[in-house]
Amino acid sequence: MTADVILQISKLSKSFGPVKALKGVDFELRKGEIHAIAGENGAGKSTLMNIIDGILQPDSGEIRLDGKKVRIPSPAEAQKMGIGFVHQEIALCPDVSVAENIFMATTNASRSFLMDYKGIEAKARQVFAQLSNIDPAVLVRDLSISNQQLVEIAKALTLDCRVLILDEPTAALTEAEAQVLFGIMRQLADRGISIIYISHRMVEIFENCDRVSVFRDGRYVTTENVADITPGDVVNAMVGREIGDLYPEKQRPDERSDAEVLRVQNLTEPTRFRDVSFALKKGEILGFAGLIGAGRSEIAKGVCALEGDVSGDVWLNGTSLKLRDYQDSIEAGMVYLSEDRKGDGVFLDMSIASNVSALKVEQVASGLGLIQSRKEVDQADRLGRKLNLKCGGLNDPVSSLSGGNQQKVAIAKMLSVNPRLIFLDEPTRGVDVGAKVEIHRILRDLANEGVGIVVISSELPELIGVCDRVLVIHEGRISGEVTGDQMTEENIMHLASGTDVAPAAAE
Amino acid sequence: MEQSVNMGAAEAGKGQSLLGRLIRMRETGLIVIILALFIGMSFASPYFLTWVNIRAMTMAFAVEGIVVVGMTVLLISGGIDLSVGSVTALAGVIAGWLFLQGIDPWVASAIAIFACTAIGSFMGFFTTRVGLHHFIVSLAIMVIARGICLLGTGGRPIGLYTLPPEFKFIGQGSIGPIPVVIIIFFVVVIAADFLLRRTTMFRKVFYTGSNEKAAAYSGIRTKKVVFLTTTLCSALCGFAGIIYMARFGSAQPTFGLGMELNVIAAAVIGGASLNGGSGSIFGAILGTVLLSVVSSSLALLDVSVYWQDIIRGSILLAAVTIDHYLNKKRR
Repeated sequence: MTADVILQISKLSKSFGPVKALKGVDFELRKGEIHAIAGENGAGKSTLMNIIDGILQPDSGEIRLDGKKVRIPSPAEAQKMGIGFVHQEIALCPDVSVAENIFMATTNASRSFLMDYKGIEAKARQVFAQLSNIDPAVLVRDLSISNQQLVEIAKALTLDCRVLILDEPTAALTEAEAQVLFGIMRQLADRGISIIYISHRMVEIFENCDRVSVFRDGRYVTTENVADITPGDVVNAMVGREIGDLYPEKQRPDERSDAEVLRVQNLTEPTRFRDVSFALKKGEILGFAGLIGAGRSEIAKGVCALEGDVSGDVWLNGTSLKLRDYQDSIEAGMVYLSEDRKGDGVFLDMSIASNVSALKVEQVASGLGLIQSRKEVDQADRLGRKLNLKCGGLNDPVSSLSGGNQQKVAIAKMLSVNPRLIFLDEPTRGVDVGAKVEIHRILRDLANEGVGIVVISSELPELIGVCDRVLVIHEGRISGEVTGDQMTEENIMHLASGTDVAPAAAE
Repeated sequence: MEQSVNMGAAEAGKGQSLLGRLIRMRETGLIVIILALFIGMSFASPYFLTWVNIRAMTMAFAVEGIVVVGMTVLLISGGIDLSVGSVTALAGVIAGWLFLQGIDPWVASAIAIFACTAIGSFMGFFTTRVGLHHFIVSLAIMVIARGICLLGTGGRPIGLYTLPPEFKFIGQGSIGPIPVVIIIFFVVVIAADFLLRRTTMFRKVFYTGSNEKAAAYSGIRTKKVVFLTTTLCSALCGFAGIIYMARFGSAQPTFGLGMELNVIAAAVIGGASLNGGSGSIFGAILGTVLLSVVSSSLALLDVSVYWQDIIRGSILLAAVTIDHYLNKKRR
């Protein structure tokens, strides 16, 4: 170790009940480096970061800052030690100005009785001079998501930090904004600030970081100089096996069918998408790719009459549908699995069994509308077995389950109505690698049974690994379609970002 | 994670032992407290455990208990209603006024209940279609309904001495030793508890209150659910108001002042959450019983009325605090 080590973590462990999130993890951060953290969801990245920021306390292990053993009891203490954390979720106060948000901590620590609005606005302007031309006087709620993300970053920059943690800061940024951010990161690193950079995007890691540490299933795997390895090495270290194993087999050419499960024609929603037309063949898994906000989820919700003022035609198994609302869609056999599991996918405080029956409670009731708990539990048991759900008891609340098993409950809820078509929005977000593989396998099985499957995902490897065909959506329109060998991250990204480099026609 | 197993339906059904589940139930705790109060009071006052006193206590909360049922269902769906006291009074005032105009008391009562139901729908419209908060809408209706009561009566009670005996029977009569009011109360409570536990219709109330968005994403017409629970609560207030009128043989414009707080307190002590998604009729009624037994005990012990309010408020705070910690522990 020739370089100065600012942060040294050894043998750190942390459990949540029976779940071991971190199993004796090591990590080392040098002064002035940009250090990427890679790992699948559930690998322990966020737990580790939350411990470094004092949000969580480790069960055992040691943290050394500048060689001194420290305890970080709270985020406020972390800040005093010079650790800043830009969270992936935006945590700003929407109803106050940008400047007030940025200097919230300063204001909190200030001893003066009156607010110095002019002063903080001027200081905020200075911070933004290098970042973006956001007016510090506007209210945060009037900013776009990407500008809000920049405010979060500006907020961290104003803290006098030595260690800056950035958790997927580019998820909501445009390419140009991301490049500005990378420029700033490099400046900060040159000033001696150490940056921990969490991202799923290999390109970003390899273009902007010095070293990368890989975590898997709560264990530390390796740390390498970015210059010495390839993105493939990192991915293999992340999943612990060759990527090929991760996805189920695709549809073979001889299995292709002409029967259409779904046909959508000229679907339009005035503010979200226009002229969307596509078809889904029997046995096929169709993917929706696109940047966040491009309209992927909105199109799926539009087809199911769940949201929006939608016009256009939808045929399911050859029958034209006239849906008034989502209940009609469920009756017709078309369901939508939400991307926000905790927010609107499951009823956390209700039992597993009553979650599974939520789409059509009438199914587990007698003719008089009396719920028969026997039937309800049997249904949850049958679907739970099919999905390999792991739980204590079917009357336990869903909040007692891990992310992957909660997602299985959400999927079981979809399957309870024997759907003809399922839209799955980010079906494996926040799900650990093992459950992810299982969910992908289930999707393929369903497709083979003739159920139409549409997968919406921000993870390109997932779309490429699972889908037979991917539609790419850009600003509310289908900007292209890729299949077979054309399904590459590059082709999809080109179509998704609207750069006019259409891939050569297939075949 | 590693130890978890996939349990079959047979085992899952009795995930916990019956006894364990009973102990953890909110209702069990309340029953124990109520029984303890009964035993303690029977030593303190020989009058306490007499049929006369028990009947008087039950009569005291029976009609309010019907309002508690409506409030509990509304709370479970995620709403709240501050107008219950005024709307209950208004039912009596409307029916009493119509009766004095020469309209048959049964018809007058039906019209009054219908009017209260319409008020509920009106509130439901403002909360679900316009999108205002239940608290504000029902606060406005609370004041408006009270205003109408006072306006229509000139602020004085309406004496209804000519009510036919068969009408007074629902408020004053008995079947055998049991007052009709108490029978009506039990029928409403048992029916509501059964419906809430067992029917698909009311399961949707739980889904909606537990997570409105998830319910909408499960195809449940959540606005309709909340509209209906809001309407139901006011309709039950109307029903309760008519029973009061029959019982007292008069309509009082100032009746039910402060009732909303008592009713909400009873439901919350019984396990209903102000965030929606949880609660039971049985629990809420036990909450009502507890508050009533405490009042009655304090009265028997000659404690000042003013102290009673302080003690009731403290019980509410204690119950909610204990629940808060129990819930935390469970997670």
